[in-house]
Amino acid sequence: MDVKPDIQNPFPGEVHSTPTGGVLVTAIDDVINWARSNSLWPLVFGTSCCAIEMMSTASAKYDWSRFGFEITRATPRQADVIIIAGTIVNKMAPVLKRLYDQMADPKYVIAMGACATSGGPFFYNTYSVVKGADHVIPVDVYIAGCPPRPEALLHSLITLQKKIKTGLTREQIRMEKPETPIP
Amino acid sequence: MTNEDLKAKLSEILPAITFEEGGQWLNINVGPKEWLPFAENLRNNPDLNFDYLFCLTCVDWQTHLTMVYHFESTQYRHTIVVKSKLDRNKPEIETVSQIWRTADFHEREVYELFGVNFLNHPDLRLLILPDGWEGKFPLRKDFEDPVNMIKL
Repeated sequence: MDVKPDIQNPFPGEVHSTPTGGVLVTAIDDVINWARSNSLWPLVFGTSCCAIEMMSTASAKYDWSRFGFEITRATPRQADVIIIAGTIVNKMAPVLKRLYDQMADPKYVIAMGACATSGGPFFYNTYSVVKGADHVIPVDVYIAGCPPRPEALLHSLITLQKKIKTGLTREQIRMEKPETPIP
Repeated sequence: MTNEDLKAKLSEILPAITFEEGGQWLNINVGPKEWLPFAENLRNNPDLNFDYLFCLTCVDWQTHLTMVYHFESTQYRHTIVVKSKLDRNKPEIETVSQIWRTADFHEREVYELFGVNFLNHPDLRLLILPDGWEGKFPLRKDFEDPVNMIKL
């Protein structure tokens, strides 16, 4: 599904001007989604070659902090989005699960590159690679490429922002469902 | 020394070795029984002085295994490749970790992935594979793993 038709108005709400300034009429959900999407702090999980492209996206030429991804600390406690850049092997899968569990809600996941999407070039005939990071944690955005260019990573970050603004990420869909009783 | 000089010099040290043609560096075939004295000679001979072992690996041809060593001399800057053919059912070769210390870890890796037994190795156990992978040698051509491997 394409998120573009759902974005009618990138700014949340409409402004009615009054003689002393203006009044913004909006829905709380829209404002919260707009604020969250413009300030996503990534947890970088660079395991192999895609990490180099991610480092280049973070540095001066293709800067991702102009989109709000400013604080990239190596701690999951302060992160919103985890960018899985690289191959996930069988020895690394429990570590990935543990880091994802340590992140606080709401959290989003981007699977960068062919290895994190489906095992990539290591799909056949390998004894140690997890065939896709979504065997371990739920993923919101997949990026194709081996490795994807920094522009592709930036495009996926903007797509994640659009998904959050329209309320279509797994997190938000899960929040809207009624609570099912645990049998 | 050039490749021809190395060829002449090594043939007079151990006449039983054979050479392979093609390739940028001199390729030598040694039997596993004559390996250890030849290796000591490679290191200690003042004209050869191969003190840098930069690659130690194994290749699985389906009928046999081949150990491959790459040596360079930091003094003379010449490079050779030594190959040694091992029997597939009982692959054994002498360790060279007392001559070149780096061979310690490389031989552990070849042991865990191919099952080559290195005689007189100080500490032969798994290097990177987790516990429970003893006895299974993943990089052999006849390794089967129906859970993880998807066959093309």
